[in-house]
Amino acid sequence: MAHAQALTEADKDRFYLTEDHHPENGTLLGFWIYLMSDCLIFAVLFACYAVLGRNYAAGPSGADLFDLPIVAVNTALLLFSSITYGFAMISAQAKKVKPTLAWLAVTGLLGLGFLSLELYEFNHLIHEGAGPQRSAFLSSFFVLVGTHGLHVTFGTIWLVTLMVQVAKRGLGVEMKRRLMCLSMFWHFLDVIWIGVFSFVYLLGVLK
Amino acid sequence: MSAASHDAHHAHEHNDHGHGHDEGGAHGSLKDYVIGFVLAVILTAIPFWLVMADVLPSHQMTAVAVMGLAAIQVIVHMIYFLHMNSRSEGGWTMLALVFTLIVVVVTLAGSLWVMHNLDTHMMAPMPHDMREVP
Repeated sequence: MAHAQALTEADKDRFYLTEDHHPENGTLLGFWIYLMSDCLIFAVLFACYAVLGRNYAAGPSGADLFDLPIVAVNTALLLFSSITYGFAMISAQAKKVKPTLAWLAVTGLLGLGFLSLELYEFNHLIHEGAGPQRSAFLSSFFVLVGTHGLHVTFGTIWLVTLMVQVAKRGLGVEMKRRLMCLSMFWHFLDVIWIGVFSFVYLLGVLK
Repeated sequence: MSAASHDAHHAHEHNDHGHGHDEGGAHGSLKDYVIGFVLAVILTAIPFWLVMADVLPSHQMTAVAVMGLAAIQVIVHMIYFLHMNSRSEGGWTMLALVFTLIVVVVTLAGSLWVMHNLDTHMMAPMPHDMREVP
């Protein structure tokens, strides 16, 4: 046993890589893998909606309920918030604290605008008697769109947290890493929203 | 592994983490974001216009166009906003993405296929039953 160990020690350099070959930035890769698992959650909810989306139980259909102008405004808000977050990242790269905070604030306000419009829409639907318990179509609709809305809510909370941190600690390496993670999260939510407005709203109005 | 070499290894690791490269993630330029934004606006405006103005002759064509444009817009977002490329993190992000896409396609196509089969094999409800549904 002792002999074997001595051999290992002596030959280690020749046989094994003595340093870890880890990726350049483990956090970002790990966060990306989290996003991919989140993507699977949405895929399952989309599949659910695809299966149940026409089961109206003699109730209202998407064509009766959806208000496309509101959806268009929501889409615009989210798209604008994507590019303002991009501006915040560019300011952060240039180590400019104030513009970074300003762009983050604009992004947060656009996110809040999105959320309030979505809550208005949900409230309106429920008051019309088209709540999640009305039909399988509406259940799957509320779960899918609601899950996306919940993600935006948490993204907004995260964004405010980071704004406080940036204001207090400036833009160090670790702060940029955090901003980068939220950037991926935020753009990812916009990607999911493309699926929601195309598949749920636009195709829902069509039939 | 002896204690000495273990310590040495640790020290090395600490050095490695402290060498302060800015960050590994790709960051976009202003140009990237603006190009992505303009493309995204165009790719959003077209499907809304197609549906709201009822441009195409059949609903089926509109549906195909809407889904096609959505797929293109997803790719635009991936490239210009998420800065995806095959080189980032030594290709691991791309590998994770490809794996996820495979699982997503299997989930979506499989669910629709199985449930469609199930629907067609179920007995169709009589018109009388339909009226009884709440």
